[in-house]
Amino acid sequence: MSLGKDLTGLEHMTPEQIRLILDTAEPFKEVSERPIKKVPALRGKTIVNLFFEASTRTRVSFEFAEKRLSADTVNVAATGSSVSKGETLVDTARNLEAMRIDMVVIRHPSSGAAEFLGDRIASNVINAGDGKHEHPTQALLDLLTIRDKHGKIEGLKVCLVGDVLHSRVARSNLWGLTKLGAEVAVCGPWTLLPRGIEELGVKVFGRIEEAIEWADVLNILRLQLERMEKGFIPSVREYYRVFGVTPERLERSPRAITIMHPGPMNRGVEIDSRVADGPHSVILDQVTNGVAVRMAVLYLLAGGRADLADAAKGGGSE
Amino acid sequence: MNQPILLQGGRIIDPSRDMDQAGDVLIQDGKIAGVGRGVTAPDGALVRNVNGKVIAPGLIDLHVHLREPGNEDEETVASGARAAAAGGFTAICAMPNTDPVTDNQAAVGFIVRQSGRAGLASVHPIGAISIGQKGERLAEFGEMVGAGAVAVSDDGKPIVSSHLMRTALEYARTFDIPVADHCEEPTLSAGGVMHEGLVATRLGLKGIPYAAEEIMVARNVLLAELTGGHVHLCHISARGSVAIIREAKERGIRVTAEATPHHLVLTDVACEEYDTNAKMNPPLREAMDIEALQGALKEGVIDCIASDHAPHAYDEKEAAFDDAPFGIIGLETAFAVAHTELVGGGLFTLPDLIRRMSTEPARVFHLPGGTLASGAVADIVVLDPGAKWTVDPATFHSKSRNTPFAGRALTGRAILTIVAGAIIHEL
Repeated sequence: MSLGKDLTGLEHMTPEQIRLILDTAEPFKEVSERPIKKVPALRGKTIVNLFFEASTRTRVSFEFAEKRLSADTVNVAATGSSVSKGETLVDTARNLEAMRIDMVVIRHPSSGAAEFLGDRIASNVINAGDGKHEHPTQALLDLLTIRDKHGKIEGLKVCLVGDVLHSRVARSNLWGLTKLGAEVAVCGPWTLLPRGIEELGVKVFGRIEEAIEWADVLNILRLQLERMEKGFIPSVREYYRVFGVTPERLERSPRAITIMHPGPMNRGVEIDSRVADGPHSVILDQVTNGVAVRMAVLYLLAGGRADLADAAKGGGSE
Repeated sequence: MNQPILLQGGRIIDPSRDMDQAGDVLIQDGKIAGVGRGVTAPDGALVRNVNGKVIAPGLIDLHVHLREPGNEDEETVASGARAAAAGGFTAICAMPNTDPVTDNQAAVGFIVRQSGRAGLASVHPIGAISIGQKGERLAEFGEMVGAGAVAVSDDGKPIVSSHLMRTALEYARTFDIPVADHCEEPTLSAGGVMHEGLVATRLGLKGIPYAAEEIMVARNVLLAELTGGHVHLCHISARGSVAIIREAKERGIRVTAEATPHHLVLTDVACEEYDTNAKMNPPLREAMDIEALQGALKEGVIDCIASDHAPHAYDEKEAAFDDAPFGIIGLETAFAVAHTELVGGGLFTLPDLIRRMSTEPARVFHLPGGTLASGAVADIVVLDPGAKWTVDPATFHSKSRNTPFAGRALTGRAILTIVAGAIIHEL
């Protein structure tokens, strides 16, 4: 089984492919715990991190994953370019191709940008977030974190809370979770829930109290503060009062709900600090797992065999 | 003067007179000189045997975008008129969103002159409603009509100001021209790139809701009622709009409407894989909308088919979905797409379709043509309803290639197009 050339989203992946990535990530977790955090699996490979949108966490996570696999990496930040985005993307693709690279990690504000690039270059393309479409490696690290915490994904009730409308994290999570047999719900103000989402087999909660009563896991999405300016919500203050995940609200649940957040957090807006830093929060585990999952994706797309991932970590001197 | 032409032994379909019979058509001095069985050819006449083919009044398209002046690399009046001829159209109406905008008599006269120079399908200019299509001050309708404009529109943009729409409808009454509006409530559609629904949710693209169109359709109907003016509603896409138009017509309000071939046959599923050739405004909707539009066209609630032919350069459409412009071309596929889906699908007869693509558009914009009556201008198309062909954009006469129908197998094609007695296209 292979992943194909590109990783642009989870919607069209099979459950087996998703499990392959998660299973391959397991042996790579240990690499980051070593004093010398480097294995030779991707030595000689050239990877471009092409970011048309600001990012710290995802870019750094990819860069660590690449470096710990011994790949040569170049970061290109193309934000604020005066050229129109479409033209930049086509020309950038052609120029990268001409430099004989092996992989591109792309983040872009337009939905579909990763597929667009993947269709036009021979190198492997990894989607690090395209518009409101997908952010597959984020969902994969979320899945790995849930599996670590609960020992399984199938049958768990996972609710994505907040700005689902504009969230690529939510879409990728939705596909990944449903493919692996979890029950999925979304919760947020109706202004921030996309049309037709219930047709995807997702429960919809208009009130956070209902979501808390139902869920085993809450994945709390970041509220972009610009949503307020665009009129989707009246104020951050009211958002916290109506939708904020607080210890008082969580106390009403019969279960200890696992708390997740893709970051960066707005403390005191979508999530109370006592929840973010509380005993059931796995928010920092998500970050740690991000590096291992991205190592697995890079390794597999480069043609690495899952059953040799453990061995690939070894000496491998040439 | 062109030599007389005798079209011999065809199936004559003239919806203007409910005619559907076998016979001949004689064209002389640019006019239809005889229709019926056993018409004899005068000396020197060009005789074409059209056995098994259909002789019909030339197709008329009320809604095309030619890019001259401004973007002649994408389309010119001549290349658009050439594409029209190949598609069986004898007359097309050019929207004024050129650069600069066609908002004055000199600009309107330029289109008329370019059309005359090309000598292909007649290109009738549509003048702008507002100066520069800015939605502020009325353009000089009277001067533009004097120079050849057949209607006014700010198409590409909606008329946002209800006051401006009201005054346009009132003022246009003097010249007895329709006011054509692109119905879109811009605060609802802002940032949207496709139909708001499940496909947009999955693709992560911002949607344009039904209400963005329906609100403006309802407003325009109310303003037509208020003013007594004739409002023409461009490219209707939503089944809710159909219901509003049906009710308005029942109440006797002067409203006419058009639908495009693509809105009649494609849904938002065509946007899958971010195909920018499925990006247009209004967007492709859902299967229930197709059903409602086809039914409305059959009934006459929607008066006619118009292509909304919108050429764009390759580089512009070769982009991420959000960044690509709206619009597709349609002149060379309109008849075949409609024929394949509507007639092939059994809902329409061929005379029904010709009525919606020729006779009705002529009536709506008060244009010559749309009939084979003796003495009428000889704008005629000969159609081969059995011709099977596959859409290959490389063979288009249009300067642009942006079509969602590339590679599609279609049935039906224009094989001979005659304008004012002159053959302008022959396959």
